[in-house]
Amino acid sequence: MNISARRIDQATILDVSGNIDMSNSPEVRKALLQEIRSKRAPRVVVNLSSVDYIDSSGVASLIEGLKASRESGARLVLFGLNESAREVLKISRLLKLFEIYDNEAQAIAS
Amino acid sequence: MATKQGSAHKKLPKLNRAFQLKLEVRSHPTFLCVVRGALEPLMESLGFSGEENRAIIRGVDEAVSNIMRHSYKSCPDNAIELRCNRLDRRSNGRAEYGVEILLYDCGPAVDTTKIEPRPLDEIRPGGLGLHIIRGSMDTVEYKRAGKLNRLRLVKYARGSKGGFGCPEETSE
Repeated sequence: MNISARRIDQATILDVSGNIDMSNSPEVRKALLQEIRSKRAPRVVVNLSSVDYIDSSGVASLIEGLKASRESGARLVLFGLNESAREVLKISRLLKLFEIYDNEAQAIAS
Repeated sequence: MATKQGSAHKKLPKLNRAFQLKLEVRSHPTFLCVVRGALEPLMESLGFSGEENRAIIRGVDEAVSNIMRHSYKSCPDNAIELRCNRLDRRSNGRAEYGVEILLYDCGPAVDTTKIEPRPLDEIRPGGLGLHIIRGSMDTVEYKRAGKLNRLRLVKYARGSKGGFGCPEETSE
């Protein structure tokens, strides 16, 4: 898995690629919390379009990011989820909890 | 030469026809992708749809993660065995095909009375694995087998028409 950050206007885009599972989900959590808590990013957009698989530990990292964003008055937005990612969020009844968009343009414009 | 080949062949144990795969991995999280990578083409060859294939991989991946985290308490040097068998049954007069995945580990016995998924209306990280396993598979059964924990996961294909018959089986 790889994760990198870039800025577009007020938004920080986290580009994640590969599989997110128990072996690397702490890296996702760390990157999210760093942007939200340490760098005080007002909007964090997570690009999951190159993520093939995400397990419950990856979902837990996203939930932690969401909670941290709410605590600090920031927004956490997701886009580019494949069927596998949507299914795991659906089973966990979390699809409506997150702001989810189809592509980057929609996520940034939201 | 033919005799030697024949005798060598006889040394191999006869496999149950339902048997598809046996895999043993270390309890290190980096092996999760090995398990997923082994299952995906096998389930595809067995005739599962893309959605069913993803559900099986998700269920098994979460179950193996739970073994690593809870049964082995994140100690990465223990063994996890996965066996995969094909299932056939008749339901309402129709033939149904499925897969049985057995996961074995050597961890302490699981107190099943303490295994309860957390309420999903609580928004907090963690505790989702069991929901995902149950939501992805048709059957989830735990059993203590001697000194081993055995988790049995079953998934049946819905409306699958083929892919389950191996050539040597259908020719008979």
